[in-house]
Amino acid sequence: MYLARVIGRVVATRRTPGLEGVALQWIQPLDASGAPSGRALVACAVISSGPGDLVHYVDGREGALACPRPFVPVDAAILGFVEEVARAEREER
Amino acid sequence: MLIGQVVGSVVATQKEERLTALKLLVVRVHDPENRPTEQYVVAVDAVQAGHGDLVLFATGSSARQTQLTEGKPCDAVIMAVVDSWDLGGKNVYEKWA
Repeated sequence: MYLARVIGRVVATRRTPGLEGVALQWIQPLDASGAPSGRALVACAVISSGPGDLVHYVDGREGALACPRPFVPVDAAILGFVEEVARAEREER
Repeated sequence: MLIGQVVGSVVATQKEERLTALKLLVVRVHDPENRPTEQYVVAVDAVQAGHGDLVLFATGSSARQTQLTEGKPCDAVIMAVVDSWDLGGKNVYEKWA
């Protein structure tokens, strides 16, 4: 799973069966310091996330397992809100 | 998933048997600001997308999770036709505008 920021919303009425009512949102993956890392993608949102929210998401086929109906062609899904990220300081010598 | 524009179709008479009757489309990947990139994908069309449509496609083993592609050698499937999207509250794309 990875950290990301929700940056937008996608509207798509015509979709494959099983995806009815599932929200689609643009997310920007982040690195450990919260800086953008890699390119943005569209994920299914199974929580009530919206633009600006810090979230974690899963990619690959596991994304479909998070959806209400798991047999859907989904390769990324937002799983939860992130309230806080704790990061151990690396010892520099 | 990524968003791209349908820019062409693929005709292949000799192909793997299980791909028979599947519609293959060439999709040019767009970035979140709707600028075309230099990345192209050939994807199975599961939603009757048309030329010029902006579509959402899924890749990898997820692409096999449609009735059309189940158990078939397919790693990219168009699973939705995009109507619109916004970024940070600003409308970027509107199909019916």
